[in-house]
Amino acid sequence: MDSTVEIRWHGRGGQGAKTAALLLGEAALSLGKNIQAFPEYGPERMGAPVASFNRISSEPITIHCSITNPSIVIVLDPTLMDSVDVTAGLPDNGVIIVNTKLCPADVRKQLKLKGGKVFTVDASGISKELIGREIPNTPMMGALVKATGLFDIESMLKDTEAKLKKKFAAKPEIVQGNVDAIRRAYKEVIGE
Amino acid sequence: MSKIVAKTGNEAMAEAMRQINPDVVAAYPITPATEIVMIFAKYVADGLVDTNFVAVESEHSAMSACVGASAAGVRVMTGTSSQGLCLMYEILPIAAALRLPIVMCDVNRAISGPINIHCDHSDTMAARDFGWLQIFSENSQEAYDSLIQAIRIAEDPRVHLPTMVTTDGFIISHCLDKIEILDDKDVTAFIGQDRKANNRLLDLKNPTSVGLLDLQDYYFEHRVPVAQAMKDSKKVILEVADEFAKKFGRKYGLIEEYKLADAEVAIVALGSTCGTAKVVIDELRAKGVKAGMLKIRVFRPFPAEEIVKALSNVKALAVLDRSDTWSAQGGQVFTEIRSAFYEAAKKPKITNFIYGLGGREIDLPQLHTVFESLKNIDKQPVVQYLGVRE
Repeated sequence: MDSTVEIRWHGRGGQGAKTAALLLGEAALSLGKNIQAFPEYGPERMGAPVASFNRISSEPITIHCSITNPSIVIVLDPTLMDSVDVTAGLPDNGVIIVNTKLCPADVRKQLKLKGGKVFTVDASGISKELIGREIPNTPMMGALVKATGLFDIESMLKDTEAKLKKKFAAKPEIVQGNVDAIRRAYKEVIGE
Repeated sequence: MSKIVAKTGNEAMAEAMRQINPDVVAAYPITPATEIVMIFAKYVADGLVDTNFVAVESEHSAMSACVGASAAGVRVMTGTSSQGLCLMYEILPIAAALRLPIVMCDVNRAISGPINIHCDHSDTMAARDFGWLQIFSENSQEAYDSLIQAIRIAEDPRVHLPTMVTTDGFIISHCLDKIEILDDKDVTAFIGQDRKANNRLLDLKNPTSVGLLDLQDYYFEHRVPVAQAMKDSKKVILEVADEFAKKFGRKYGLIEEYKLADAEVAIVALGSTCGTAKVVIDELRAKGVKAGMLKIRVFRPFPAEEIVKALSNVKALAVLDRSDTWSAQGGQVFTEIRSAFYEAAKKPKITNFIYGLGGREIDLPQLHTVFESLKNIDKQPVVQYLGVRE
């Protein structure tokens, strides 16, 4: 089990937490990993807090219970930190990555987090500028790769671009925007 | 060429249906099985399959349409879950008695009430006595592989019974997982192009009446062959599994033994829980505990002899049921296993845990609790509810 990385995504209904987990799962699979991606099983409502999950491992994954102690947490909406315990179950050496304009030290203070590593990036700003609307999920994938070194950014981008091309066949401009946004977040994420 | 892809359980089942390319699909949507039929309906609309898709107004009608189409001699599939399966109950035994090889994707979900959309095995277990073969899946790969095998099993002249292949609602149906998808041509070759025409009940050249009144004089004779076919199907399931393994490399049986050979304590489970239990057993083995598991893949026909043989050297056994018979004597799997051991010379002490109703989480600590209880099996009640608040 130690070789399995467990990730929890926090977002609000409509922000793409589920899509991000699915895209990350597919990207990891294309890089030869064993994967799982699943949403929190419940009714989804626009704007309500939601979570989704990934398991990524070099070994076959047989476990099917939910993830309670993720080593990586990604927060798509900083206002969730006021209402949801986003660090629940995060171990002392865990990593939390937040979409916010705040610096990591301020987020650490707000979360009263002693250990672990905190990363921040303005994924909302990046998505508004490069994709044309606020969908922070794909840039956060870039931040995740930088913060954790889970896989090579170029390989991940190649796979995600192919997946998005399929999904948005009628809107090619969205594909390039997403790819650029992932790359920008990869460059701009900061941590401590 | 086969390919490795990421698919949810529902996507995997829809993909198998595309490759099977059934002549008729009649279905009505219900969570968490909706996607299977939704994805398949898109394949129909996009012209990727030749299927005549019948959009019906209820599951009762869906199964009725399946019975009519299958009686006409064509390959028929459907998909449903929970209350949808319950609405089919009236027609399910008719499909079996008419010996119609309909294949169903069934996503295990709790039944009302209260209303609950999450996984347990109550819907499928309540259908265990309707003459359908029942195959459970631990993950998407097994669901995909078993659905392809189910066509061959159901249509075999020695069986000729309807068959359901199940996944666990949300846990498998909505979990993206790595799976190997076979080449379209290999699937077509494996299942054969068409259902055997001579099996049709409705034939314009040889008109017969079907589904007639059948009272004291012949009804009994028309029911007993279903039991015989169910008995004979065990051999066919294994033959098809062997051929599948030879061609595609993945081996299946009626049961799967996980570290059972020298096990002193063991559990029996079905479906996705078996995957989680494998992790627990590995952890226990690392500590020197001789723990093992028997996974039941095929629940109908019930592999009684195989189970008794595989568990005869175990000292203490916990049977995990994700459903209840409400008999106050334990769940469906437990009662059948205990009955199977009645004549056995060597048998374990057996206790029953009913767990996970309505999607209640089954995690590693709870499964450790189950194994822990086996240390004092003499003090365990016959039946207990795992993880329920008092």
